[in-house]
Amino acid sequence: MSFQPILTAGLDPATGDATWHLDDYVKRGGYAALKKIFAENITPEAVIAEVKKSSLRGRGGAGFPSGLKWSFMPKAYAGAKYLCCNSDEGEPGTFKDRDLLRYNPHQVIEGMAIAAYAMGTERGYNYIHGEVWELYDRFEQALAEARAAGYIGQNILGSNFSFELFAHHGYGAYICGEETALLDSIEGKKGQPRYKPPFPASFGLYGKPTTINNTETFAAVPWIINNGGDKYLELGKPNNGGSKLFSVSGHVVRPGNYEVPMGLPFAELLKMAGGIRGGRRLKACIPGGSSAPVLPAEIVMECTMDYDSIAKAGSMLGSGAVIVMDESTCMVRALERLSYFYFEESCGQCTPCREGTGWLYRVVHRIEHGQGRPDDLDLLNSVTDNIMGRTICALGDAASLPVRSFIKHFAAEFEYHIEHKKCLVPPEVQKEGSKIYVRPSC
Amino acid sequence: MLDIEIDGKALQVVEGSTIIDAAHQLGTYIPHFCYHKKLSIAANCRMCLVQVEKAPKPMPACATPVTNGMKVQTHSEQAVKAQKGVMEFLLINHPLDCPICDQGGECLLQDLAVGYGASASRYQEEKRVVMNKNLGPLVATDMTRCINCTRCVRFTQEIAGLMELGQAYRGEHAEIMSFIGQTVDSELSGNIIDLCPVGALTSKPFRFSARTWELARRKSVSPHDGLGSPLIVQTKHDKVMRVLPLENEEINECWLSDKDRFSYEALNSPERLTRPMLKHGGQWIEVEWQQALDYVAHAFKDIAKNHGAAALGALLSPHATLEELHLGQKLMRGLGSGNVDFRLRQSDFSQDGQGTPWLGMKIAEIGSLDRVLVVGSFLRKDHPLIAQRLRQAVKRGAQVSLVHSADDDQLLKAHAKAIVLPSQLPQLLAQVVKCAAELKGVSVDAAITALAVSEKAKAIAESLLSGTRAAIFLGNFAQQHEQAATLQALAQLLAKITGANFGFLGEAANSVGGYVANALPGADGLNAGQMLAEPRHGYLILNAEVELDSARPLQALAALKQAATVVLLSPFKLPGALDYADVLLPVSPFSETSGSFINTEGRVQSFNAVVRPLGETRPAWKVLRVLGNLLNLPGFDQDSSEQVRAEVLGAATPTPEFVTDRLANPLSDVANNVANNVAIKLDAGPNGLERVADVAIYSADVLVRRAPSLQKTRDAASPAARMNAVTLQQCGVSAGQELRVRQGEGQAQLFAVLDAGLPDGAVRIAAAHPKVAGLAAMHGAITVEAL
Repeated sequence: MSFQPILTAGLDPATGDATWHLDDYVKRGGYAALKKIFAENITPEAVIAEVKKSSLRGRGGAGFPSGLKWSFMPKAYAGAKYLCCNSDEGEPGTFKDRDLLRYNPHQVIEGMAIAAYAMGTERGYNYIHGEVWELYDRFEQALAEARAAGYIGQNILGSNFSFELFAHHGYGAYICGEETALLDSIEGKKGQPRYKPPFPASFGLYGKPTTINNTETFAAVPWIINNGGDKYLELGKPNNGGSKLFSVSGHVVRPGNYEVPMGLPFAELLKMAGGIRGGRRLKACIPGGSSAPVLPAEIVMECTMDYDSIAKAGSMLGSGAVIVMDESTCMVRALERLSYFYFEESCGQCTPCREGTGWLYRVVHRIEHGQGRPDDLDLLNSVTDNIMGRTICALGDAASLPVRSFIKHFAAEFEYHIEHKKCLVPPEVQKEGSKIYVRPSC
Repeated sequence: MLDIEIDGKALQVVEGSTIIDAAHQLGTYIPHFCYHKKLSIAANCRMCLVQVEKAPKPMPACATPVTNGMKVQTHSEQAVKAQKGVMEFLLINHPLDCPICDQGGECLLQDLAVGYGASASRYQEEKRVVMNKNLGPLVATDMTRCINCTRCVRFTQEIAGLMELGQAYRGEHAEIMSFIGQTVDSELSGNIIDLCPVGALTSKPFRFSARTWELARRKSVSPHDGLGSPLIVQTKHDKVMRVLPLENEEINECWLSDKDRFSYEALNSPERLTRPMLKHGGQWIEVEWQQALDYVAHAFKDIAKNHGAAALGALLSPHATLEELHLGQKLMRGLGSGNVDFRLRQSDFSQDGQGTPWLGMKIAEIGSLDRVLVVGSFLRKDHPLIAQRLRQAVKRGAQVSLVHSADDDQLLKAHAKAIVLPSQLPQLLAQVVKCAAELKGVSVDAAITALAVSEKAKAIAESLLSGTRAAIFLGNFAQQHEQAATLQALAQLLAKITGANFGFLGEAANSVGGYVANALPGADGLNAGQMLAEPRHGYLILNAEVELDSARPLQALAALKQAATVVLLSPFKLPGALDYADVLLPVSPFSETSGSFINTEGRVQSFNAVVRPLGETRPAWKVLRVLGNLLNLPGFDQDSSEQVRAEVLGAATPTPEFVTDRLANPLSDVANNVANNVAIKLDAGPNGLERVADVAIYSADVLVRRAPSLQKTRDAASPAARMNAVTLQQCGVSAGQELRVRQGEGQAQLFAVLDAGLPDGAVRIAAAHPKVAGLAAMHGAITVEAL
């Protein structure tokens, strides 16, 4: 198959850190899409139509059709409108935006400029996760380059379209990746999700119409404009257009980001990452970041990597963070770590999540530490029942889904823990699996 | 209108309503904690989850807008399961020790836990502990009980105007706290106690002193500022234990200022006077009522006989009831003296006879104004809840402009501000008049047209003319100003030109009532200023500390000291009076007497005693009535305060709700006023420093000065000499330095404080405090020297 990468085109991991600059990007064909728009007088409506045609879906996790989202922005709005890029990548297992901003920041800038043009916004912010500070610095430098070259700023490329873009960094709170919490954080408030409705398209940043997209979504836009929405869709599967970056981590030989066309079989992706380490067998996989339900090996091996196939299997493609676990993994211990994350990252605003995530963690913790009780699994399911669908944002669901899926697919392991006060997976096997892994040829 | 159905009952609601609004319209209760009708929607407690047809998940009733045809189930299985689930979460980390919680018995969480909580907890882990916070002397914290509903946070931000509380940290570690090292200093802070649905925020003065079910609830009216907030006074064993707001959308909404809420502590003060006392040979002795009253009657009769009745004067308090003021003036007039006044802090009386100053409109209408000019007011501290209404009006788009001599932060976004020396206020206001007159093409006095107009004056005039519902209010500072009449005339002229409503923000609970009761000098009588400038032989003082409450404390004290007889009717042994008075008669504070206050909008509010008088204390109206009998004066045979009130207000309408028909801010005579009665003096003022005096919020009256918790607040800090940097430099002193301040014959020792909000040449020294009672007057020239 002759797949040509879109997001990582022309990038070489070995030299990537040196080729992120504007000149390199232009050499790779960068800013052609933006130039094309003004050269060919493509209307904003036509840009949105092209993105709709491409079936590009939000790469941040929710998979909402991007063209549709863009069309929600009120056209004839008198005041300011805003465009935000969500680079607050903080979910365990997800590290794709980090590499995009590291190796190809201008592609994100170009994508944002095109989106701004399509929606008529004159001001944008890229909210960058606070734990990747060097990328914030790099993005600021990239912005300076783009500004100097006239790709952003006043009267872009001699047109009468102006777009100012700024970098904004958080301080590492996972919740600020929730789009309305991100807006509050930009406004200088404590990052806490807002109750919706109203949605950002009508009441967003500073109360003005705002569109928020993921870094990877923006990065895909220039290619769509250059090559057409149809071509993009052809790369993937119907309703699942284009290519996608998958962050493969865990017990694989070559963890890393892999750009593949949507709809690639999971087994292929696993092969690209070098397969499971040490010849062990695959036990389970979280296909879309830590909040996606876990899938056992036999199910995930049948899946293709696209929104619909993974959803059908009972999980979510999410942000494309593929966490691979082999047979040396204790599922109780893995869940304990995940539950701790959500307990620690709950914003504390609404009751079920504030109180419930701590409760979940504590019960999983006691099972892992040999103090589980026979009815603990029922209790966990009941607590997740009381959290899911009752919270302001999706963090409550995100904390509950792993718990439910781990118990659903690996109930025997949990029951063993409770009954025998120890792990089904022998400690020496676990120890072997969690050794620092040195890649054979690298 | 939208058609919806709640629990099978159909109703129509206006567009934009939420489900909880609609449910309230129907009388259906939906459990909730974070929702409050006066605060923004947070939707964080999740207690109000209800089932909405076609919605996959339960929806929060407080935040879900109603759509046409919506069908809501508030008690369906899905809704109740969700509500019970939330209740379980709320309780897992909440202490289950209601018997030792001060909120027990009046706790929303406790009440709802009965309906939605389980009898045992499935949560077996350790509970969260949250360290308590010091929020100041009024609000106690028990933060482990907090359920993070953020009502208090939203209150400080949205109603009180300053975000003094916030939620820090994340998730389970989230805590409500003030800024590090700061207390909550709002003059409305006590309301967060009412708002807190659990026992996290409770009343520091009240906590652990009684249980809610032991307390009787009695209605009363606040005796402090001109708003006249309706109160619920809670009592136990004839002792006032605490005060809560009695909700009235037209007056206080559901709020109370801290002054109204916590001043009750003074009612139980050890300074209370409980037996009549006479000074005998320089010694105070306790006597029977009969003896004391006989003494007073004889003394007054003697003075009237030997020196003429005009040698007697009555200084009444604007915090006294309508009935007391009426009988006080009637007694004086019966004795033949027209020397009666209750306006002790006023110094310009040249508008007397020109009307009865009042708000000129309903308090409730303030919120619908779109243009407001407030002249000379320490708005937030003098009228906390009127300031709150203006704050909400500004949020709705109203423009509020301020003309004043101190730029205190009113916590509302002022459209235009002009801060000038007190002596320059008339000129500044005249500039606004000139500008408005030019814009409207109206001709005004030549003295006004000759003025140069400043940018600020222009902005204010333009703002007033650009709206549809404007009002101009004169604050306490303007009413106490040396040229109050000029300010009034100019403000009235401006109101006439701009079509604005004109009114006064009444200083005290009965600032209007005093006029209605005619507690004023007649044609032959002396006003408060004259009575003290031209000392009398005998004084009758009701409920006032004249040496603190008068415009010229030094003069007042001298007049009282030289008098042959000073009779004080007061609930307290006032320390100053122990020196100058001859008779102390213990009379009831508002809690121990029936009576009426007429608030600044002309609303008559009557109340009954909530507890029995302390010791030998008697209601002042009864004391005055008996005194009238002893003096053989006619018309002192009333049997009840209601009869006295009927005498004042007219028997035909014994309880009129409003007396606005007999109040007047005479707008129609403005032109004449300016031309004939009040010469607009726009002179330069004193050459040198000028005093700016505010009456600090917790030293405004006899009662509040004795409320210990209020006296511990930052607002009760000891007076200082405040100056801006230029003035400090001009005087050669620096902030923090101790100064000697001289005014007239008097002086005081104060610390210098930098206050950037003052105009050059102004020295701001609060009045009504013993520390500054040695200064001559609330205004005028003053000198400062380093000590």
